[in-house]
Amino acid sequence: MSSIAAGLSTIDRLDRLARQDTAVHRVDPRAKVITTLVFIVCVVSFDRYEVLALLPFVLFPVVLASEGGVPFGFIGRILLVVSPFALLVGAFNPWFDREVVTQVGGLGLSGGWVSYASILLRFLLTTAAALVLTATTSFNGVCLALQKLRVPDVFVTQLLLLYRYIFVLGEETLRLAQARRLRSFGRRGMGLRVYTQMLGQLLLRTVARAQRIYLAMKCRGFDGRVRMAKRLHFGAADLAFTLGWSAAFVLFRAVDVPQALGRLVTGAGG
Amino acid sequence: MSHHTISVRDLGFVYPDGTRALDGVSFEVGHGEAIAVVGANGAGKSTLLLHLNGLLSPSEGSIDIGGTPVTKGTLPEIRRAVGMVFQDPDDQLFMPTVAEDVGFGPMNLGLPPEDVEARVTEALARVEAAHLRERPPYHLSGGEKRAVAIATVLAMQPNILVMDEPSSGLDPKARRRVIGLLASFAHTRILATHDLDLAAELCERTIVMSGGRLAADGPTAEIFADDELLAAGGLERPLGMQACPVCRER
Repeated sequence: MSSIAAGLSTIDRLDRLARQDTAVHRVDPRAKVITTLVFIVCVVSFDRYEVLALLPFVLFPVVLASEGGVPFGFIGRILLVVSPFALLVGAFNPWFDREVVTQVGGLGLSGGWVSYASILLRFLLTTAAALVLTATTSFNGVCLALQKLRVPDVFVTQLLLLYRYIFVLGEETLRLAQARRLRSFGRRGMGLRVYTQMLGQLLLRTVARAQRIYLAMKCRGFDGRVRMAKRLHFGAADLAFTLGWSAAFVLFRAVDVPQALGRLVTGAGG
Repeated sequence: MSHHTISVRDLGFVYPDGTRALDGVSFEVGHGEAIAVVGANGAGKSTLLLHLNGLLSPSEGSIDIGGTPVTKGTLPEIRRAVGMVFQDPDDQLFMPTVAEDVGFGPMNLGLPPEDVEARVTEALARVEAAHLRERPPYHLSGGEKRAVAIATVLAMQPNILVMDEPSSGLDPKARRRVIGLLASFAHTRILATHDLDLAAELCERTIVMSGGRLAADGPTAEIFADDELLAAGGLERPLGMQACPVCRER
């Protein structure tokens, strides 16, 4: 259960990073959200055997993180924690796809391994970009941008409330787990059956809280739209940020940059 | 039109599962009065409060706020007049920052941004929480959360304040501050509470609820001196009105 506490402290740290004031933080949230979307679309649109052509995309999260004062170690640790998901998704590729597609140092590499590497790389790139976006914009900034970009209110409100109440829900879970631990005396406390009941409890508590929150919102005139007071200003610099990066991504997508560089170095004939 | 008075007539409410929570409750509240609603757990206090700004609709009877009946059509007007502070501030503070939360109601009223800003500043100053304005609500202490929750309601500039357990979960100093704050308001106030000392300090009149019915309605000093009535309602004299056991020993 301490992993919940660790998760909460990670979110908290993201929040604190987002409160810094750097050039990247000052870019309009909408510009960063759009740019990140273009980034993600470009990265996932590559052919499934592509690995090397993806490498130039590393530039975006790395530049933003270093300019935005986001420690690489912090991002790396989160990537490590969430990576089992991606590791499992592609884990069977090497079994199903055994056809040799490339040679590395005299060893034949099957399509399965190449596509597995491609999946992992895409996972790292897109997740890192999303993390850096949150760490330089704040989750609420992202929501604000989505609202101004006319994403339906239902989604924006969901995201806002999810983020606000993840702390309350997390702490409630911790208290519940603590209550169980205190009376299970180092044993497993009746095992799985108790866990299912705890989950049920948590669901009921969450539903009850959701109702109370909704009542409180209705009292203050809630009509389905959370109005955020902050005003945004989309200036020339923001436009340059969006267009500059997007152009780079499209270029990386259209031209295999590592290969082109290789040709350049080894002489045009290649 | 003044919205400072409340008139509840023969109010009855049955929850969808068939539980009767209120039965034949009637009372009047005058302009500027402060009234405590006390009673055991499950006596119907919270259900009663939820009727005062139309969050629940009566199964029987009716409610008027300042002469306006609470109906579906009058809800926006009623909710502007009756500000409600919930028991758990975490249920009330859902916006990313304190300032945005306090501004939530005024924004929904459709006020221009400058007016919203003015109301936020004023409401936060009123509860001495101006320094918290950019903080996220989940990082505040219990007392700070309570103060901000009160500010979110003040920003709507209501005529009537309805509060559920305003002192629950607060340390003595924070509780004292909330009491001082509530005493300084000129609004008509309805406080549901188990903190009978707070009731004795703030309210000249007390309503005792028991099993969904009105068990008593009268001057606070008289009600809290009636041990039989209190015992029947699952209550006891406020500590301030009990002979101090330590002194008695001496």
